[in-house]
Amino acid sequence: MKTKKGAAISIATMVSPVTLWMAFFIAIPLLYVAVMSFCGTDENYNVVFRLTLENYRRLLDPSYLQIYMQSILIAFLTTAFCILLGYPFAFLIARTKSRKKALLYMLVIIPFWTNSLIRIYGWRTFLSASGMLNTLLMKLNLIDTQIDFLYNIGTTVFGMVYCLFPFMILPLYTAIEKLDINLLEASSDLGARGASTFFHIILPLTASGIFSGSIMVFIPALGYFFVADILGGGNSDVIGNLIERQFQSGNNWPLGAALSMILIGITLLLVKLYQKCGGDMESLGV
Amino acid sequence: MEKTKIVEIRNVNKLYDENHVVKDLSLDVYAGEFLTLLGSSGCGKTTTLRMIAGFEQPTDGLILVEGENVADKEPYERNVNTVFQSYALFPHMTVFDNIAYGLKMKRVKKKEIHDRVMEMLELVQLGGFEKRYPSQLSGGQKQRVAIARALINNPKVLLLDEPLGALDLKLRKQMQLELKRLQKKLNITFIYVTHDQEEALSMSDRIAVMHGGVLEQVAVPLEIYESPASKFVATFIGETNLFEGRVVKIEGNSVSVMVESGMVTALGEGFSEGELVSISVRPERMNYSVTPVEGFTIEAKVREQVYVGSVIKAIVELGNGNEVKLERLAGQALPMDGTVYLYWGENDAKLLRTPDNEFFQAVENIQMC
Repeated sequence: MKTKKGAAISIATMVSPVTLWMAFFIAIPLLYVAVMSFCGTDENYNVVFRLTLENYRRLLDPSYLQIYMQSILIAFLTTAFCILLGYPFAFLIARTKSRKKALLYMLVIIPFWTNSLIRIYGWRTFLSASGMLNTLLMKLNLIDTQIDFLYNIGTTVFGMVYCLFPFMILPLYTAIEKLDINLLEASSDLGARGASTFFHIILPLTASGIFSGSIMVFIPALGYFFVADILGGGNSDVIGNLIERQFQSGNNWPLGAALSMILIGITLLLVKLYQKCGGDMESLGV
Repeated sequence: MEKTKIVEIRNVNKLYDENHVVKDLSLDVYAGEFLTLLGSSGCGKTTTLRMIAGFEQPTDGLILVEGENVADKEPYERNVNTVFQSYALFPHMTVFDNIAYGLKMKRVKKKEIHDRVMEMLELVQLGGFEKRYPSQLSGGQKQRVAIARALINNPKVLLLDEPLGALDLKLRKQMQLELKRLQKKLNITFIYVTHDQEEALSMSDRIAVMHGGVLEQVAVPLEIYESPASKFVATFIGETNLFEGRVVKIEGNSVSVMVESGMVTALGEGFSEGELVSISVRPERMNYSVTPVEGFTIEAKVREQVYVGSVIKAIVELGNGNEVKLERLAGQALPMDGTVYLYWGENDAKLLRTPDNEFFQAVENIQMC
């Protein structure tokens, strides 16, 4: 009995800092947002506590629905491009021996260490009408008039791919690294050509990496408002922009909170789907 | 009856950078035989197998399968199949799909695939396991699936890379018999890689012993055991006592050799006086007497005797401290005190040229250059 009591105490002491941390920084803020999403505002836009579904009703406004669709489209395109670019690259890293492997890996990781906001501003300067790219193309006489690269969905998707690429590479790399080379030899031994081996063996066995990478890219892509802001200039808003606007210029916190709840809901839904399909929670960093 | 050659390896070398893994290997494999490549790890046996499968290319030399040069053929174009040491079963496919893989790649009709897979499952005694995944199988069962997956393609040659290495002893013995049974039944040529000499002796029609990338001897198991062609083969296969010495007298084919601890006699041809030789005598062929024997002057003291079931294993110590192993039937224990005189019948010892001769050969080669 004595030991059992001792164990209980030690577990409590070990757990409590983590529990406190979780409570203060995750549970309580989440609860705060959840409660706020059911509140209203007075004429001065102060939050007043009165239980209402008004905010959620406003979420169904057609102009909002259009932005949800646009946001999902942007996230989808971002994910697709990340897979198309990331898969060959992750394969290259995983299959490279020697010191080049570390170098390739660093090429992905190092930009990750710089604040993405700063990097996105860098791209805006580079791509703008009087920016370096236009100047260069004009100097080379490739174009006569400046091209406006900014302020469209394409540029926003480009920025998202650029920011979220490492999130795709890392799970892909892990999955491809685990691939047993013997299986590829066995496939070839049994009469499969390269393409057959890819579709029958390599792709199914690395699907978990594609799946977790997609989750890790798709969800943030719904919320990366600063990319849509800086590169898209309001022409390619994502759900994140709607939320940001309610908390800033719109000054309607309860509505922002309700939008946040939607985003959290989508996230949970996708993660649940991922789990249902046999996804490994650890590769999401959970 | 003339035997058909199914695989011919001609002067094959394999180098990885500076590392010479297979050295001038020439070997013929006949249709329907069970040939074992035997050697310790790093002797080049697996590399040889992988070159036949097409996973590695010889640095130079030729490999012919059914008389056809396979140098330009990819593994998927070769009519040979491999059973991998790690099984290499596809983890995302059922047993059925694993076995069906080769036929699917050949676009065989679904109905036929189904029938042949079911037949194969019966053959390897895995009926009813078709819906399982590899992770739900035991080691022995995985092994059977790997064998079935290769055999269903009716390969001309089945290559097996230490297929039983990961199994426990009892299961290994059982699988050895089963593999042998399968091979006889299907009459498919097996090239089997192992480092286990006992396995090689009990399963093979012929054994090819490799050492340091060199093929030391190819022969039937009995010959490998009874007349090893080199010192390495003698020591690697079974237990043996090695004596090293110099030829002092030759009368007909009876060769007298002075070894460190005395004088001995053995049969041999083509040796010359003064030559350095080794003599290999198996423990069960080693004899002793309490009185001196003509032609032998090795004295020894019995150090220990152990009963191992039906035999006694004895260790005697020579004057120079070297140990010699003897095996006698139970009930024929050696005298524990006093001196014994070791000897052997003329046919019980194998006279071998020592690697020192190889050394002299090497010196000659250098001089010729």
